[in-house]
Amino acid sequence: MAKAIKVENLSKAYQLGQFGTNTISGDVQRWWTTKILGKEDPFHIIGESNVRSVKGKSNIAWSLKDINFEVQQGEALGIIGQNGAGKSTLLKILSRVTSPTQGGFKIKGRVASLLEVGTGFHPELSGKENIFLNGAILGMRKHEIKHRLDEIVDFAGIERYLETPVKRYSSGMYVRLAFAVAAHLDAEILIVDEVLAVGDAEFQKKCIGKMGDIRKGEGRTILFVSHNLVSVKALCSRGILLENGQLLSEGNVNDIIQLYREGGVNNLTEQNWEIGIDAPGNDKIRLKRAAVFAENKPSSEPITTADNIVMEFDFLNQLDHGNVDVTVDIFDSEGVHVTHFGMICDKENGLMKGLYRTRGVLPCNLLNTRRYIFHVLFGLNQREVLYRHEEILIMEIEDAIETRGFNFAKFPGIIHPVCSWETKQIQQYEN
Amino acid sequence: MEKIEEEEWDLEVTSDRGLFELPLKDIWHFRDLLVLMVRRDVVSFYKQTILGPLWFFIQPVFTTLVFVFVFGNLAGLSTDGLPQFLFYLAGITAWNYFADCLIKTSTVFRDNAQLFGKVYFPRLVVPFSIVTGNLIRFGVQFLLFMSVWLYFYLQGADIYLTWAALLFPLLVVLMAFLGLGLGLMITAMTTKYRDLAFLVNFGVQLLMYATTVIYPLSSAPEQYRHLVALNPMTGIIETFRFAFLGEGMFSWALLGYSTFVALGSMILGVLIFNKTEKNFIDTV
Repeated sequence: MAKAIKVENLSKAYQLGQFGTNTISGDVQRWWTTKILGKEDPFHIIGESNVRSVKGKSNIAWSLKDINFEVQQGEALGIIGQNGAGKSTLLKILSRVTSPTQGGFKIKGRVASLLEVGTGFHPELSGKENIFLNGAILGMRKHEIKHRLDEIVDFAGIERYLETPVKRYSSGMYVRLAFAVAAHLDAEILIVDEVLAVGDAEFQKKCIGKMGDIRKGEGRTILFVSHNLVSVKALCSRGILLENGQLLSEGNVNDIIQLYREGGVNNLTEQNWEIGIDAPGNDKIRLKRAAVFAENKPSSEPITTADNIVMEFDFLNQLDHGNVDVTVDIFDSEGVHVTHFGMICDKENGLMKGLYRTRGVLPCNLLNTRRYIFHVLFGLNQREVLYRHEEILIMEIEDAIETRGFNFAKFPGIIHPVCSWETKQIQQYEN
Repeated sequence: MEKIEEEEWDLEVTSDRGLFELPLKDIWHFRDLLVLMVRRDVVSFYKQTILGPLWFFIQPVFTTLVFVFVFGNLAGLSTDGLPQFLFYLAGITAWNYFADCLIKTSTVFRDNAQLFGKVYFPRLVVPFSIVTGNLIRFGVQFLLFMSVWLYFYLQGADIYLTWAALLFPLLVVLMAFLGLGLGLMITAMTTKYRDLAFLVNFGVQLLMYATTVIYPLSSAPEQYRHLVALNPMTGIIETFRFAFLGEGMFSWALLGYSTFVALGSMILGVLIFNKTEKNFIDTV
């Protein structure tokens, strides 16, 4: 099979903080050394990776570093990674919105990128006028758009509103129209960012279906980025996993998703230590194991909103008759303190010396689809801190597919309870 | 036996793009976009207005009236013996085209950051569409000028067309190049140095007074005349007046100088713009 895309040693550096060197003399110095003397940019420092939490030496962040991969024609490639792994930057470079700092890529065929739905729509213009404008922005010729007009209108389902300015469209219609234009491009390569996070479930299903058709029926190549692994799995056959700007792995999409879940990527659902070797703690409390998992599920399965979530901590108590208590704090990835709870291990007698397992269960349908970070604290008599361990566990809660059908968006909000809900008539209305 | 695959690519992107690599082929491919953008700008300009395209006339007419009142009557500046209304209208029509091109292209990167950040197309399409769109506006305003001209002519005013009217297309191209070239340089530099954005608006206003819009070059004081003539727009406007009104200081040297500056700034502007385009989204 022929290759559609070949990426070679692609790197992209961003400047942190102030831009430029931000003095004209600094800019001149850079220009002088790189362009006239032909040397490396003195303001770039090679060999630093893009770990956001660690403060680097330079004020350059490598958003992508030495990326190499190839995509065959007719293949759908899923690009997976945490926030900040470099997914969007990679798509931006491949769709030529920005250019690489080092290395490059080669492409065979026309590229259409859909990094955002409705790019370039003008609110005052009618739906029809916007179809032409948007199509042209995405690189279609006018006669091509004309040729496809009926299909686009049909797919978007906006026939009645074709002559209405799009500013009067509902947001759903707007998104449908925008996707319809992009999906009907005659490009050999389609680059799609997380555009499906908008629109209702039915339409998302339609989009994924359409993209599947594009790939299978018309043999076109698709590059797809999404946080939602369900949609990646549904669409893509191959995947690449990015972490901190580097290509961690590439291969079959199921393997890549598995790898991602197992938390090569910052997920920390279980930790084990050996007492006397590396167990954290002190001469009163030592931790042996910490784990969080979905109840009644193998630990390789993802935790979803529909699962009871079990936390277990194995610890060595070295106090006699210690009135030990355990407190857990849960934060979300944005640092919001979600909850705080604790229990006294044995109210009557306190704990004897020995190895204990303390276990807590969070009910299902409580926490939302987010990343959660656990801190644990062992106390004595609810007053004295015996040992405190921060960021001991990190878990990601995913959508429960069975309760949601085909929806590719994450739920907004902090909690995700299941409401009991009913609608009944309270009065007849007759004209 | 190993088969060596001959790889053919349609597009190769590397980190170092040459200064002179202009995406001309791409721009040609996107010519429909240019037309649609012009249409968008013209249509959205008067959507939801009552007077609609009439707004194209109102601005120059009122500006001219104010100029007649302030500079003609209060200040009593010379108009080379031409009817004041016609004299100012000629200057304003030409100046407006240049100024619109300059001001609107000078914010291309800022105004389109959202769009440029999401999709690739040759960025030069946008400034080209601005200049083309302004051309329509200029055309309408030029028709207005010619109607007024005809009115004064029939009233027996001392105005006449000269052979220099044949230079009219050249004048339009020069104004477009000058406005576009300067605008491209400014927009490229404002992505890094925001200060320029503030400078442009009042800079263009001030520049108008250093151009022969409200006074003829012949009435400029001798010692400053060279200074005024240094402004490339002076040669263009003087030629414009000479062509349609029969008065004005026409010289090939002046026009040649304007042509030289216009071409130079156009080439420089396109090169700088092209250089900035590929990475501007990281800095804007």
